[in-house]
Amino acid sequence: MTFNLFRYASPASFFPKARRMAAWFAPAAVALAVAGLAIGLVVAPADATQGDAYRIIFIHVPAAWMSMFIYLVMAFWSALALGYNTRLSAMMAQALAPTGALMTFVALVTGAFWGRPTWGTYWAWDARMTSELILLFLYLGVIALRNAIDDPRRADRACALLTLVGAVNVPIIYFSVKWWNTLHQGATISMTAAPKMASIMLAGLVLMSLAAWAYSIAAALARVRTIMLERERGAAWISQLPEMRRPVIA
Amino acid sequence: MLEAQDLAAERGQARLFRGVAFRIEPGCALAVTGSNGSGKTTLLRILAGLSAPAAGSVRLAGIPVKPFDPRLREAIAFAGHLPALKDELTALENLESLTALAGTRVTHSALREALDRVALSQRQALPARVLSQGQRRRIGLARLRVLRKPLWILDEPATALDREGNALFDSMLAEHLDGGGAAVVATHQPIDLPPARVSALAIDACAS
Amino acid sequence: MRVLMPAMAPEADTPATGAVAPPFAWALARDLRIALRSRAELGVQLLFYVIVVSVFPLSMAPERSLLAALGPGVLWVAALLAALLSLPRLFASDFADGTLEQMALSPWSLPAIVSGKIAAHWLTTGLPLAVLAPLLGLQYALEPSALWTLAMALLLGTPILSLLGAIGAALTLGVRGGASLLALLVLPLCAPVLIFGAGAVDAVRAGLGAGASFSLLAAGLLIAVVGAPPAAAAAVRIALD
Repeated sequence: MTFNLFRYASPASFFPKARRMAAWFAPAAVALAVAGLAIGLVVAPADATQGDAYRIIFIHVPAAWMSMFIYLVMAFWSALALGYNTRLSAMMAQALAPTGALMTFVALVTGAFWGRPTWGTYWAWDARMTSELILLFLYLGVIALRNAIDDPRRADRACALLTLVGAVNVPIIYFSVKWWNTLHQGATISMTAAPKMASIMLAGLVLMSLAAWAYSIAAALARVRTIMLERERGAAWISQLPEMRRPVIA
Repeated sequence: MLEAQDLAAERGQARLFRGVAFRIEPGCALAVTGSNGSGKTTLLRILAGLSAPAAGSVRLAGIPVKPFDPRLREAIAFAGHLPALKDELTALENLESLTALAGTRVTHSALREALDRVALSQRQALPARVLSQGQRRRIGLARLRVLRKPLWILDEPATALDREGNALFDSMLAEHLDGGGAAVVATHQPIDLPPARVSALAIDACAS
Repeated sequence: MRVLMPAMAPEADTPATGAVAPPFAWALARDLRIALRSRAELGVQLLFYVIVVSVFPLSMAPERSLLAALGPGVLWVAALLAALLSLPRLFASDFADGTLEQMALSPWSLPAIVSGKIAAHWLTTGLPLAVLAPLLGLQYALEPSALWTLAMALLLGTPILSLLGAIGAALTLGVRGGASLLALLVLPLCAPVLIFGAGAVDAVRAGLGAGASFSLLAAGLLIAVVGAPPAAAAAVRIALD
């Protein structure tokens, strides 16, 4: 997601490249996930204090990391879209939002399921979970704004601006939620205190994080191809695609 | 003064026009004609700097300008479909407000005189809410006179004007061109000026 | 342009881009004048605030200690909602009658014009809320120190709501589902204001003093004053495209 895209700044030239990249990242994601889950669910030992319940961090932590990382990448593409007015940057930002929202949602749900057996409550208003919840609202806001504006170019720029405003606010929001949490200390316990990490658990986490990263790239690339087809419908390069030349079996 | 090169515009998926090119010198007007939906308003908005064209460039005094370019904003007086009047303010207050907004300093008496010239002095103290469409348009004309910007970009300025109002507009336009100004006017009606000073652009011919 | 058009040079124009005071004053004066001539609209938001705050205790047992504990939060959230309710009208009317277009085409700095509009909005929405809140706080049996802290916090926090809300209002101009979409966009951004604003009262109650909260709110206000008008102006230009 961070390679130099200027050479491929037109949708026409990026379209086939995206398919090739997605075809590489998707199986990589599956392989990494299988390895990571094998370690996390089977190989790694049960935790001394939390028992088997801690194993959910192998999904929760990578999802939470990706949810924040994707927002940063979205902000990067948004900045490019506003600065250089390129369609592809805006399409990449548009493609990333649903995956980011999904990661945030998974992080929240797995966090809740982790809390239940460990601390006895599904939701304990700790700083990280509350910030994650607000991040979900930021993602949903960008998606909602995209859907509400009919003109695609206006939607591109409006969502890009909103993403950047959100990105600037995220540190402020995180800081304020932490402050709020410490002010009311005692009422809540940190749900996400990870257990002491044996190196095998760390390996599992790293594998799952890489899997989440590869999945996000593959999903975003697949989605951006669909977005390109939708928005460039009628453009010359689409009718010249190899897929279009194959005979249709009636 | 104003030059357009190879302009193209889209609305959503559809391409409205392309290859639009023209050049307007001081003292000349460009009449833009075309059927409804052909892109006249879009072209004017591009020239005024409200939108970016899908392709091509606009040049002011030879220098390319991007949307909302400060030089463009200094030089033009734009009148779109909407009359830009607040219902709650009187005609005089509206005129004063719009004049100040354009960075032009003008005395109160000059404002009154401008309203007088468009036959609105009787109604200048009434809230704009009670004025008719034609009367609102006249406030727009008064504004054009007071602002004295070099380049006018007008989208169907004769809408809702009666015969008198039309005559007023024609004479104002002639005065403006005589003084070295230029104008781009989107219109359904022919402009009443010597052909030497008016060039025409039919947007339909540039449709793709 | 003056060089090309000597015959047309207008005399004694105000200097264009760069000057901030004239556009700010122009927008502030104009919006206040318009607001005062359509007073009914202003009253509605304040009435909304009063009703929401007064109706809330009906949802629970009106026990003094419970009310006093919930009071600051309720008063803050209701203020947030009342501010959100009033945000669409910041740009909507100007957008509808073409004045916003003229503002964007003015040689003046658009962020300065937008700041003036936001200031007028705050004076007609946030300021009355901040003044009204202590009175309503009496319904929640809040002690005087809490009432005073609440009013101060609202005075510092409601401008931030107007500033951040302006960005949302500009982004959602003319868009379907405008008001609710605006709330969805703006509420997450306002979380810090809520936290520090209501937190000020809690801090005072805990004996810690509201200094830290007020400083943080003031810092937030400064950041918003500097950052929000350009962002809102950019959003206006996007909406006019």
